[in-house]
Order: sequence, then C-alpha cells, then structure tokens
Amino acid sequence: MDELMLGTLLASTLRVATPLILCALAGVLAERSGVIDIGLEGKMLCAAFAAGAAGAVWGSSFVALAAAIGVAFALSMLHGYACVIHRGDQVVSGMAINILAAGLTVVLGIACFHQGGQTPALPDEVRLRALWPEAPEVLGDLIGNGLAGYNVLVYLALALVPGVWLLLQQTRFGLRLRAVGENPHMVDAAGVSVHGLRFSALALNGLLCGLAGSYLVLAQNAAFAPHMTAGRGYMALAAMIFGKWRPLPALAACLLFGFLDALAIRLQGAVLPVIGEVPVQFIQALPYLMTVILLAGFMGSSQAPGALGRPYLKER
Amino acid sequence: MSNALKFVHRIGLMSLVLGCSVAAAEPGIVYELGGKFDKSFNEAAYRGVERWSKETGQRVAEFEVFAETQREQALRRMAERGTNPVIAIGFSQQSAVAKVAKDFPGKRFVIIDEVVPLPNVQSILFKENEGSYLVGALAALSSKSGKIGFVGGMDVPLIRKFQCGYEQGAKFVNPGVEVMASMTGTTGAAWNDPARGGELARAQFARGVDVVFAAAGGTGTGVYQAAKDARKLAIGVDSNQNYMQPGTMLTSMIKRVDEAVYQALVTTRTGLSVMGLKEGGVDYALDKYNAALISSEMTKKVETIKADIISGRVKVPDYVNGVCK
Repeated sequence: MDELMLGTLLASTLRVATPLILCALAGVLAERSGVIDIGLEGKMLCAAFAAGAAGAVWGSSFVALAAAIGVAFALSMLHGYACVIHRGDQVVSGMAINILAAGLTVVLGIACFHQGGQTPALPDEVRLRALWPEAPEVLGDLIGNGLAGYNVLVYLALALVPGVWLLLQQTRFGLRLRAVGENPHMVDAAGVSVHGLRFSALALNGLLCGLAGSYLVLAQNAAFAPHMTAGRGYMALAAMIFGKWRPLPALAACLLFGFLDALAIRLQGAVLPVIGEVPVQFIQALPYLMTVILLAGFMGSSQAPGALGRPYLKER
Repeated sequence: MSNALKFVHRIGLMSLVLGCSVAAAEPGIVYELGGKFDKSFNEAAYRGVERWSKETGQRVAEFEVFAETQREQALRRMAERGTNPVIAIGFSQQSAVAKVAKDFPGKRFVIIDEVVPLPNVQSILFKENEGSYLVGALAALSSKSGKIGFVGGMDVPLIRKFQCGYEQGAKFVNPGVEVMASMTGTTGAAWNDPARGGELARAQFARGVDVVFAAAGGTGTGVYQAAKDARKLAIGVDSNQNYMQPGTMLTSMIKRVDEAVYQALVTTRTGLSVMGLKEGGVDYALDKYNAALISSEMTKKVETIKADIISGRVKVPDYVNGVCK
C-alpha cells in the first residue's frame, strides 16, 4: 500500500465518519440527559431534505444549513414534547420520527420538485467545498489527502468531540445534564428543572442532527435522494453505545466504522495474498461482522445512564 | 334510510362509478422502487407511457412501488380494476407477475428485464451487453490513464451483464485497458445510496481511473457528482443522463425502456422479445452536452463497431454465458 492509497483511505474514512460523529454526539447529549434517541436516522433524513430543498429554492448554503438545523430542532422538540412533557415511550416516539421522516421526505419531495423524491442538484456555490482543494499538490499524497482538503463540516465535527466532552465534564450545565440522566429526583430536589435540562439537551441534539443531515446534502453529495441516510443514524447509535455514552470513545467507534467502510470499498475485487480474491459479499459484511466481534469480545461491560428511558414524574 | 346506510349506499355508488371509468380497458403500469422520476430506468418507462397517452388521448393507470411487499398487491389491484395490459417495470417484479398472471389468464401482462414463461405474458429483455460494449469502447478511447471504472448498484446478474459488456468493449479497442469494478451493495438500498456511490468513484479515481460508468439507478447521481468534483468523466445509464453534469458526462448507455413500453402498449404481443442494437433497444447518447468530449474519430470508430454488431460481424458474448467471471 503506497502513500496515495493510505492518504485516500484516511480521507475516505473521515468523509464517511463525519455524519456518524455528528449523530453520535447528538445521541450522547440526549441519552446522557436520560432521553433515548433512536430518532437520529429520521432527524438526519429530514434535515438532509430540508437542506436540499432550501438550497435548491433559495440558492444559499446559509439558508440551507439554517433550514436543516431548524427542521431537526423542531423534530427534537416534538420528541421532547411527547416523551419529556407527556411521558410517552421514548423508543416508540423515536421510531415514529424515523417512519415519519422516511415517508414525509419522499412525499414532500415529489410534491415540490416532481423528481421522484429527489431534489434538484445544487450548484457549486451552494455546496460546502473543500477549504483547500490544492492541498494534495502542496503537502504530498499522504498529508494532503488524509489531513487537509476537507470541507468545514468535517473539521467542525472533529472539533465538536472535545467540545461536547468539555461541555459534559467541565461545566456546571454538563454536570447537571449528567445528573439528570442518572437521577432526576436529585436534580429536582436541588431546585433545577428536569424538563428544562432535558429540553436543552434535545435542542443541542437537534442542532447536531441538522449538521449531520446537511453534511450529506451540501458536502458529500449535491442533492437529496430518498432514504439517503441508508442506516447511518442507526450506525451512529451503535457507535454511541460502543463508546459507552462518552464522546471520545464514540469518536473512535465512528472512525472504526468509517475505516471499515472505506476499506471495504477498496478491497472489492482486490486479490489478497494466500486467500485470493475475496467475494464482494464477504467484504460488505465485514463492518457488521467486526461490530459483532468487537461488541462481544473487546468492549467490556457498558453502563447506560441510570435514568435512561425513564420519564420523570415530579412528585407532589 | 338511516345516515349510516345512506353512507354505505353512497360509497357503493361511488365505487360503481369509479369502476366504470376504468372498465374501458385502460392500460396499467407498476413502476419499480426508485420512483417514476428517477432520471433513469423508471423515467424511461414513463416517457413511453407519456408518448402513448399523447397519441391516443387515453389515460394510463400508474402505481409507484415504495416497498418490496407492494408489488404483488399493486399488480393484483390493477388486474382487478380491469386494466389491460398490466405492465411491470423491472426484474424484481418477476415473481409477483408470475403469481398474478396465473390468476388472471384472460389479461395480458408485460414484464421488462425478466422472463415469465406464461401464455399471457410478454417478457421484454434488452441486450445491455451490446450497449455497454459501445460505451466501454468510448471509455477506453477517451481514457488517458488506460484505467476505467465501473460502479454497479445491487450485485445481481443484470448489473454484471452491463459490466461484462463494458469490459469487453473497452478491451476491444484497447486490449491493455484495466477495468476496476465495484458494487454498491447486495440489497435494494444499493439503488439509492449516492453517498456510497460517490465514495466508490473516489476510491477508483485514487487508483488512476479517469472514466467511470455507473449502472446503479439513483446511486449514479453521487458517482456523476464525484466525477465532476474530481474533473474526471462519467457515463450515465438507462436514460440519457448527459444533461446532469454537462462537460463531465462522456455519454450515456441508453436503454430504450420507453420504446419497449410504447410497443407493449401498441401491440398485443406475448412471449419473449429481445431488444438489442439492431432493434433500437440500446444505444449510446450523443447530444449537445457531450459533443465536445467525443471527437469525430471516436464517433467514427464507435459507429463502425455498432454497424459490425448489427451486421453480426462482431459478437458480444453475454455474462449469462459465463464469459466474464
């Protein structure tokens, strides 16, 4: 494997991992506050549609980003309204968001753009392009491809990992947020609003899901296509559990998923020593196989937040 | 009459009226996953329907399948409503057509891309290998690195057929050409994952590929975008997709699904029909969007190959016969 291969492998890993990282962080925030969020997939999908539609209509990346974040934020609030205020089942509400997103985006897409649910391709000036596209020529194949030459959202996602860690571990808000996920009664007794904390966590969650969705449309592709998230929300959820509900290990899990995917893409049709040509089906099953092996063998026990999934009822 | 009864009565009347409106044997069509306006395969079928409707002034009942389980229901519903013929688009509808056609022996069914050996079914196949052969030749002629790529959708024999013809066409004009092929996935989701399509294309570009052919439905849009971003060339599929990224779309392998659907509506044939270059079923696209990319020598060369295939001087073997592994 030469430098160029290694560089592009690294680049592909990061590009694939970015939406996973953003979604996993969103999941960490919601779940550490005690709200299960399996609606990541649906929120990301709706945000992607919003970004594609707004970008196509108004032709501005700022409007597209704002629309994506707004839509994901609204869905997060809906989730909060159902589960935090009305104490509905969090898994059911999350699943409802996923199903709603899968259908609604296609229906709206067909109604608005008449292209089978796709949105029109965005012009280059609306898309988030690489910050420094000449990097590979200047810095060489490995560093140029692997570390420089991404768009702004990739760097933002990477920067947000320590950001979320700092927020959770080093601030008063973070301490309270973690406490409300472990023992909401205690937080309530201390005179802090449980609902307020959970809603703030969900608000941040919506923001991050919005970024993840807009990454798919504005950076990785140039248009929305039906069901384009293709299970990435669930992979992010797995990465979050993999990372034991902590930002840095979750990042590692996302990078591992991204790496396995990038490797699978490159191993197709390649001839390996001893084994010969590996069947495509095996290569494509590899990321999932590795997930099972790692989950079963190497992860050790993982402790979910104490009050996860339990709605809080204030005692009177 | 009580209100409830009145209501039932009205519903009954309504359905009777609706039933009458379709009884005049209007044709029905069931599109495959991906939807009517997928800019590719289904859209080609839709154009055939549109042409027929415009010429005859008649309506065609349409249904877009959104889940795998809907195919049989949709076909059955069409047949029960009295539509005739019932056209099923796509190889995935084979088992559904086989089942429903057996239950409605008096109706004519049409399936595209698969074979259902029943007396009341017309099966239309295309020689994708011949069309792919031509675009493969064009790819090899315009590649500077001598490496060309292929991105398939779901890993099924039909897509391997495209790949096989493409490889042979490329090797015909340049025996030393290297072809790299990747498949997007092994499930239906592989037709609609542009992000993965883009990654697959980028991985091929990194290994020196400078022309990539995508036979992957909606996944293709990601491939074309990646080609444009990397300033490489891409080849479209099924419909003429040259307009999607003008300047970096080398050509498109056109599959005249529109013609097949139109013919199916006009005639009342049953049995197997195969549409190759000779029958105008497949071709490569040349229009204002890619005129600058294809020189007159290239056109001349490809036209010669095309004439040779039609006259039978060049035989394009089929993947099904085990030429490619």
